[in-house]
Amino acid sequence: MTVAQQPEALNFECETGNYHTFCPISCVAWLYQKIEDSFFLVIGTKTCGYFLQNAMGVMIFAEPRYAMAELEEGDISAQLNDYAELKRLCEQIKRDRNPSVIVWIGTCTTEIIKMDLEGLAPKLESEIGIPIVVARANGLDYAFTQGEDTVLAAMAHRCPSQAPVTENEKNERNAIQKLLHFGKKKEDVVQEESEYVDHPPLVLFGSLPDPVVTQLTLELKKQGIKVSGWLPAKRFTELPVLEEGYYVAGVNPFLSRTATTLMRRRKCKLIGAPFPIGPDGTRAWIEKICSVFNITPKGLEEREAQIWAGLEDYVKLIRGKSVFFMGDNLLEVSLARFLVRCGMTVHEVGIPYMDKRYQAAELAMLEKACQEMGVPLPKIVEKPDNYNQVQRIYDLKPDLVITGMAHANPLEARGINTKWSVEFTFAQIHGFSNARDILELVTRPLRRNNNLKDLGWDKLVREEAKI
Amino acid sequence: MKLAYWMYAGPAHIGTLRIASSFKNVHAIMHAPLGDDYFNVMRSMLSRERDFTPVTASVVDRHVLARGSQEKVVDNITRKDAEEHPDLIVLTPTCTSSILQEDLQNFVERAQLEAKGDVMLADVNHYRVNELQAGDRTLHQIVQYYIEKARKKGELPTTKTEKPSVNIIGISTLGFHNNHDCTELKKLMGDLGIEVNAVIPEGASVHELKNLPKAWFNLVPYRELGVMTANYLQAEFGTPCVDITPMGVVETARCIRKIQQVINEQGANVDYEEYINEQTLYVSQAAWFSRSIDCQNLTGKKAVVFGDNTHAAALTKILSREMGIHVVWAGTYCKYDADWFREQVSEYCDEVLITDDHGAIGDAIARVEPSAIFGTQMERHVGKRLDIPCGVIAAPIHVQNFPIGYKPFLGYEGTNQITDLIYNSFTLGMEDHLLEIFGGHDTKEVITKGISAESDLNWTKDGLAELNKIPGFVRGKVKRNTEKFARDRGFKDINAEVLYAAKEAVGA
Repeated sequence: MTVAQQPEALNFECETGNYHTFCPISCVAWLYQKIEDSFFLVIGTKTCGYFLQNAMGVMIFAEPRYAMAELEEGDISAQLNDYAELKRLCEQIKRDRNPSVIVWIGTCTTEIIKMDLEGLAPKLESEIGIPIVVARANGLDYAFTQGEDTVLAAMAHRCPSQAPVTENEKNERNAIQKLLHFGKKKEDVVQEESEYVDHPPLVLFGSLPDPVVTQLTLELKKQGIKVSGWLPAKRFTELPVLEEGYYVAGVNPFLSRTATTLMRRRKCKLIGAPFPIGPDGTRAWIEKICSVFNITPKGLEEREAQIWAGLEDYVKLIRGKSVFFMGDNLLEVSLARFLVRCGMTVHEVGIPYMDKRYQAAELAMLEKACQEMGVPLPKIVEKPDNYNQVQRIYDLKPDLVITGMAHANPLEARGINTKWSVEFTFAQIHGFSNARDILELVTRPLRRNNNLKDLGWDKLVREEAKI
Repeated sequence: MKLAYWMYAGPAHIGTLRIASSFKNVHAIMHAPLGDDYFNVMRSMLSRERDFTPVTASVVDRHVLARGSQEKVVDNITRKDAEEHPDLIVLTPTCTSSILQEDLQNFVERAQLEAKGDVMLADVNHYRVNELQAGDRTLHQIVQYYIEKARKKGELPTTKTEKPSVNIIGISTLGFHNNHDCTELKKLMGDLGIEVNAVIPEGASVHELKNLPKAWFNLVPYRELGVMTANYLQAEFGTPCVDITPMGVVETARCIRKIQQVINEQGANVDYEEYINEQTLYVSQAAWFSRSIDCQNLTGKKAVVFGDNTHAAALTKILSREMGIHVVWAGTYCKYDADWFREQVSEYCDEVLITDDHGAIGDAIARVEPSAIFGTQMERHVGKRLDIPCGVIAAPIHVQNFPIGYKPFLGYEGTNQITDLIYNSFTLGMEDHLLEIFGGHDTKEVITKGISAESDLNWTKDGLAELNKIPGFVRGKVKRNTEKFARDRGFKDINAEVLYAAKEAVGA
């Protein structure tokens, strides 16, 4: 091993895939909240249900708009008719909740017994009159956040392909558009439109909390860029128009299938940019979009500097410290890049799946950040092996390990600081304003240590002979 | 297919994993797709484990689907054997492997050739049994394996211990207050002059299992876990089993009397009556509580009980027999063992409810409007919605049901804990009603709405819409900060942009 020598390019490795992550069906937890008129039906077994029930904690008690279609032995052995069974359940859902869309989440079991969900859906859809979107978010193929990717890729097919045509009709018919303008006078609307530069329509994809959607939209507005729509929108009935030649940009690193679908099936042009995570990422993201539309970005440099200045109290806590990503949610590369900019050294970036094309700009930016900050380039480990990683953690003794809950408490008991990785998925981490939230999470164990440092309670397991 | 939002008992493999990871130095390998190792998260979070949960997955992915697991499972077993040197590796099937129908037994046999430790396939069918049944079965299977192994080697002890001794069977990880119960039971046995021969599975080594026949009798505190093992030991070695749950004053006494009978039949000469009397009247406060004015006020109040067999049955008896509370219905989600439950509680409640449909239970609670509910976390939430207090007495449970403080449900200290739980549930309900009748703690209207009541600033529609998205408990603060920011900079209108600029300025 040549640890001292600084490698010039990122080093990619692939291990056994024996790692801990959430099942991709967990995406229903945030997507049912995001898409307000949806209902998610997870077609799987008790195992899936048990996971959702426990992983979603208290949300389960808030009458969620999701349910399990729990397969029984008769379903597995095909004694029961899949179509009739699904029809019965979907009619019940329609009666009780009347959603605008039912999303079927295919699971490992439906894959193995080859239940033809894509085939059944259109038939049932026409019979009950509610759109049925099929996403195969199963643990055989995907990890955690990739679940959202499969759902959004399926939704991309449902986006209307044409904007309402003539101007007159538009004014009369498009009530939603009018609502959006909050009944402003026509002149106001026209004036508002003029704040934007003339550029081809841009649609952003990736599910984010509404406040973050507003922030990023406003951020682009400052550059005169108009966001024509988001995939997903707040409601299924408001999915954005996607015409051939529209530009699209991703906001999250795990959306490679959605990106592919938008390019190949909807003939959109993908803007490959780093992701707007951290002030550096946000600036790069906006700059890339601007450059595609031939816009010279205004005031971004000052804005980034100003955000960094505001972060200094947090950054000084982690500057010069080291971090190890065990990898479970695909945000790892972007977070690593941001933390390198904060002055941290990254030992290893574990990641479930690495799409080098979709993440190309992000990877280049990570490389550049390491070079400019004068720190070694991290090893990127795809499909990591948690057991091996724990051995490496014992050797490297990083200041912080970003990991799943299965390892967090055992590592803490051995005196190793951890941050639970799932929180990065649910916290608001995008855009300039939320950079502070990322550091709030990252520094929490270090701040906790500062509070407890004199107590001598670092290692709380009895030493055993082996290991 | 069944439309389901919530389940009371988990899938079968959870039961097997609970048994395997309760033992010391036993490793479980799940034949499962990525993400099914959520058990590790639960064990690490709920019971706040300091050690890595000895469970890994032999991941089932697309390749496995296409070609079968082939060497993968065997490799994973032998690898884990070399890395951690466990005494036993339990290969655990899941719902996925149930339908793949691979010959897992064959993998186990092949891995056994190379592995230094023992290797075993958990004999559970995902579609036939639930978590509780699977746990019971796996414990039985492991015990049987090591008894037979010892017998082959001629290592089985043939004599009982000199003094009366007991095996406590059924204490397991993620069990409801199991570790506190275990301490209490050991203390009780100490008081009775009975040696604890073994506690299984929690904290036990598989090498101790061959000593199980040395005990004079087996104590199975929980109905759900350990009965199969105790029956097996009775059939093999004639070891009698005491399966009365010592929960509540009357049942604890009954359990102790049964122990007395069982060991006297084997030549001990003990009389525990005085001990029972002393504990009942003076150590446990529960008997005195029943007599006190507090408990008198509870007479005839309505309650409902729902949980697993052990806890729901015991609580029903305590409420009805020891406190004079009117149990309108008692229910269990252990449908597979419903007859036992009916027999236990039918004389102590008006109605017995056997279901695992939380909707039906919610409806049944709403229908009878009890003063208190004793149930699982799900019933607690139903109670919240209906404004009825709830004491949690059984799994499924959350992290707050894994208290650090000593809170057994069994034995004499357990009777004290349960008394507090019951009384606190009812009095909280009473306080609520009194407050409602007398108009709440504070009857003064709030007049001022903060410093921004008379504002010279104008909130635009989108600004207001953004503000309304901010959670209620901080909204006032955000509003004040934003207005201060706008005033400082001389903005007249506050829109969403100003709101977020203000947020950045204060670094929130």
